[in-house]
Amino acid sequence: MGEIQVLVEHRLGELRDITFEMLTKACELSEKTSSKVVSIILGKNVKEKAEKLSKYSDEVLVVDDDRLEYYNSDVYQMTLEKIVKERKPWLLMIAHTSYGIELAPSLAVSLNAPIVTDCIDLNVEDGKLMVIRQVYGGKLYAKIHVKKTDPAILTIRQGVVQPKELEKHGKINVLKPSIDLEAVKKKFIEYVAPAVGEVDITSADVIVAIGRGIKDKSNIPLAEELARLLGGVLACSRPIVDKGWLPQDRQVGSSGKTVKPKLYIALGISGAFQHILGMKNSQLIIAINKDPNAPIFNVSHYGVVEDLFKVVPTLIEKIKELKKQAT
Amino acid sequence: MNIVVCVKHVPDVSEIEVKVDPVKKDIDKSGLVFDINEWDDYAVEEALRIKEKFGGTVTVVTIGDESADSTLRKCLAKGADNAIRVTDPRIASWDPLVIAKILYKVVKDIHYDLILTGVQASDDGYSVVGQALAEMLGIPHATLVKKIEIDGGIVRVNRELEGGLEEIIELSLPALLTIQTGINEPRYVSIMGVRKAMRKEIKILNLDDLGLAREAVKEASPIEMVELYVPPVERKAEIITGSVDEVASKIVEIIKSRGLV
Repeated sequence: MGEIQVLVEHRLGELRDITFEMLTKACELSEKTSSKVVSIILGKNVKEKAEKLSKYSDEVLVVDDDRLEYYNSDVYQMTLEKIVKERKPWLLMIAHTSYGIELAPSLAVSLNAPIVTDCIDLNVEDGKLMVIRQVYGGKLYAKIHVKKTDPAILTIRQGVVQPKELEKHGKINVLKPSIDLEAVKKKFIEYVAPAVGEVDITSADVIVAIGRGIKDKSNIPLAEELARLLGGVLACSRPIVDKGWLPQDRQVGSSGKTVKPKLYIALGISGAFQHILGMKNSQLIIAINKDPNAPIFNVSHYGVVEDLFKVVPTLIEKIKELKKQAT
Repeated sequence: MNIVVCVKHVPDVSEIEVKVDPVKKDIDKSGLVFDINEWDDYAVEEALRIKEKFGGTVTVVTIGDESADSTLRKCLAKGADNAIRVTDPRIASWDPLVIAKILYKVVKDIHYDLILTGVQASDDGYSVVGQALAEMLGIPHATLVKKIEIDGGIVRVNRELEGGLEEIIELSLPALLTIQTGINEPRYVSIMGVRKAMRKEIKILNLDDLGLAREAVKEASPIEMVELYVPPVERKAEIITGSVDEVASKIVEIIKSRGLV
């Protein structure tokens, strides 16, 4: 059927996991459609990364250029535009990440290609490209038929494909497309590392995490008391940080910290996928939420469908009793 | 500094069960409460703050039926100066490039220095429209913006990357920025603002007015919504039931059996 291209994502010298997730999916699809999987890596001093990528691809295209040292979607766009126009893939996969989001939509416009973003699955059914994506915060799925594939551009959600070890031996090709910095209207200045807080939630054995369901800042001490009684720390989902109720170093999720405690208690957290990415590998997850359909219950070991303000105070009393008996 | 903010009127489904309509291409909207998309609310606030600092106007634009006027009125009540709504039942509303094209036709003749919109909408969550609109207008863009500093013809922004990391980038104006939640604290609407907003006019346009009656309609889109459905249940959690007291006792038991208390 032609070529499936995958844009490799890397940052600060590391290939990011999503790259292998996309390549795994691309290989699966390539078998069904007799397509060739081509990975494209753009950057400075990225040639040695091509070896690893060749195991996952039928061909690796490398653009190694000083001007690609820092990610700049404008420079990526003009480079990819040239490669796509020349090679004419039927599908281009890009990560649905801070980098991919910046790049894919404007690339789609410049290539006059349809785009569907944040896909959690894709397939070819009777020769038709079908994708699945979540809508309404994951409460519903949408199945979409992408009718135009010259190419179609899809961005893929992180953490939804189980990456496989592959043993291809793709050939490595170094390209030298012209890059015109005159046309670039944005400039990378610097990275800002996350502020180091007083508490490191990644090293805690017990985490009590709060979400929107905590309702008001004045209710936070309730969750804090539970955390303290269990010798744990208080963490949260994104809305709590957005409201300024807890500092950013307490945020669990893709834009915050990834944690794997022995016990994770989620209070009033519905479980947006960004949050779940950061906590799903905890050893024991207990969720308390009023909404029986909250996605948090899909990753929890135990769930309570109830008002947290009823359950938590009773829970605190019971733990206190238990501790009294023990002493 | 003249600013255009693209906003969307969306249902708040954070604490309710969403149902699919019989045709399976849209949700059953009965009984749902609609409001401005959360990300767009932060974008409007950011626009108002920039206007208060540098002067100029704020124009809000939306695509939707007349119920979306309540979102536009809210923006006007907060301090926006102008409001435009594009409405047409023929729009291929699930295709983000169609939405961008409509906004392009609306915005291209407005004098603007800055265009803001939310990173994504809480309903379809594409994160496409802003960037695509910028490309159509031929202006630079930045997504996932958590901080904005304007200095002459340059805007310097912090973008949110993964894992708490941010990057600072600079763009030349005019530019389009997509705003991340948490960038500011959106203001509430004042009674005075509501009164003022009631007197303001909302400009209404359709696809014919924009010359898009052929391009932006459902039949012309290369993307087709096949089906909207409730995801298969993959529940892993064992649900603990009983009275509050029983539930709390069971949780303590579980924690205790793991030696965690």
